[in-house]
Amino acid sequence: MFKKHTLTNSPTSSLQQQKQRAAFWFLAPMLLVLLCVAAWPLLRSIYFSFTDTSLTDLYGGEWVGFKNYLSWRTLSSGRTIYSGTLVDPAWWNAVWNTVKFAVVSVTLETIIGLMVALVLNAEFKGRGLVRAAILIPWAIPTIVSAKMWAWMFNDQFGIINDMLLTVGLIDHKIAWTANLDTAMLSVLIVDIWKTTPFMALLCLAGLQMIPRDMYESAKIDGIHPVKVFFQVTLPLVKPALMVAVIFRTLDALRMFDLVYVLTPNSTATKTMSIISRENLIEFDKFAYGSAQSTLLFAIIAVCVALYIWLGKLDLNGDKS
Amino acid sequence: MTNKTLRNNIAFYAIVVVIVLISVFPFYYAILTSFKTGTDLFKVNYFPSSFDFRNYIDILNNGKFIRSTLNSIFIASTTVVFALFLAVTASYALARVRFRGRGLLLMTILAVSMFPQIAVLAGLFELIRFIGIYNTPWAMILSYTIFTLPFTVWVLTTFMRDLPVEIEEAAIVDGATPWVIITQIFMPLLWPALVTTGLLAFIGAWNEFLFALTFTASETMRTVPVAIAMLSGSSQYETPWGLIMAASVLVTVPLVILVLIFQRKIVSGLTAGGVKG
Repeated sequence: MFKKHTLTNSPTSSLQQQKQRAAFWFLAPMLLVLLCVAAWPLLRSIYFSFTDTSLTDLYGGEWVGFKNYLSWRTLSSGRTIYSGTLVDPAWWNAVWNTVKFAVVSVTLETIIGLMVALVLNAEFKGRGLVRAAILIPWAIPTIVSAKMWAWMFNDQFGIINDMLLTVGLIDHKIAWTANLDTAMLSVLIVDIWKTTPFMALLCLAGLQMIPRDMYESAKIDGIHPVKVFFQVTLPLVKPALMVAVIFRTLDALRMFDLVYVLTPNSTATKTMSIISRENLIEFDKFAYGSAQSTLLFAIIAVCVALYIWLGKLDLNGDKS
Repeated sequence: MTNKTLRNNIAFYAIVVVIVLISVFPFYYAILTSFKTGTDLFKVNYFPSSFDFRNYIDILNNGKFIRSTLNSIFIASTTVVFALFLAVTASYALARVRFRGRGLLLMTILAVSMFPQIAVLAGLFELIRFIGIYNTPWAMILSYTIFTLPFTVWVLTTFMRDLPVEIEEAAIVDGATPWVIITQIFMPLLWPALVTTGLLAFIGAWNEFLFALTFTASETMRTVPVAIAMLSGSSQYETPWGLIMAASVLVTVPLVILVLIFQRKIVSGLTAGGVKG
């Protein structure tokens, strides 16, 4: 009892100070670890991109400036030769592949995810079962789903070719993953299959925050469901949807594992991550690969900065 | 009118059936394939035709696969324990103490979990070589912290923010220090959140591929995803689809069961990590 009195009488400012001091020590270990495993390696990677370091001699690199990014040399004939990542067609092909993949996959995942969420938001028998079923693609490791689909896409014995032949949509077997025209399509199908559940669940969480009586009153007023969707539902789930979209976009821009397993070495699907790792580890162009990974980091950083700058993210997290 | 509702109902259930079929079919087909051997493998069947356990026996007798599974279990659990340990205290500070730059710090932590892993690959490779843990499980445990730690901090912070202030105030009045508040008062309340976050971080670590591929050199050090990706048959040109499917089913079934058991919790964890951003 006595203790309680002294404490309540003590000035709150010292309590606050004690709390803030404690907060510092609580945060310190985590921050130290993040500095070691994230900030330091990131800075070293950026540093490597300005050197000629090789995989076999990590400490033997010398500063070469922007040579890995862009450099030029004027020949005696007056012709200028450019070299570096920024004039490397393979790099720009990877940039284009990644952007194409990100835009198409995120757009379709959002639309299909929203549709699935609308279905799950309705009350019907077996809803729990359906929700459990759509969690399965999400729970399967990416590598495993890549292998599963690779088998289904198999040109000779795959079930996809068999289905499409039976239905009559195609008249000959297609080598889905090997063919340059269909490789990207196969990657997109697998990614959409795997990630739409995540989108659907996030949309569903947004949908469930909308009060039911809103729909009731719209129904009583005789407003067409499609109009209700565009005028009531969509504006209300938009904040949740936007966060999900930015998360998915960042995730799509760094895509690696699915392509690595499903369509290895196909120029139609090589992403920025794939080509950076190839140079870093497999082709012994360590510094060149670092330059490419740094560029990917820069692209993503610009995206995030733009997004925050546009004021769509609540910085303090106080409003939620 | 009733005719129309009936039609609408049928259409609705048709959509539901399509959603379920598309979600489940690839996994179902993998299970189907895993029970097929020999020439049976190359006949397309939509329904179970044979039950041959030879693929499962082969993959379980293959010491390398068991070894990879043990590697993965060890790496993922150690990563999760490590991340949760660091995240609980940090998220208390982030959720309950007001200090300057808190918002910026939270944003930075979120940014770390979102930035591309390839951007740190070169630097991490150097660090791992420098410490001398290349080609050991510790290389993965260290590198997985980069995505599990920010994620657990972020989700636990949102969970902790929702705990009632009154409990904490009462404890402060009774003279409890912040450490006592966390360990004695918040921890019991946080158990469900810890289980959810831990499970999600475990799945993330279990599925990781890029680091595991880059930081291992020998077959005995591989994790499950790398082992499955690299599984090859007797000859270079023959892909052992039956074996791959058996291995895939073996590593996926526990995950699917866990996810189904914890489905409500997982959904709330995912939405805490995503929507509230």
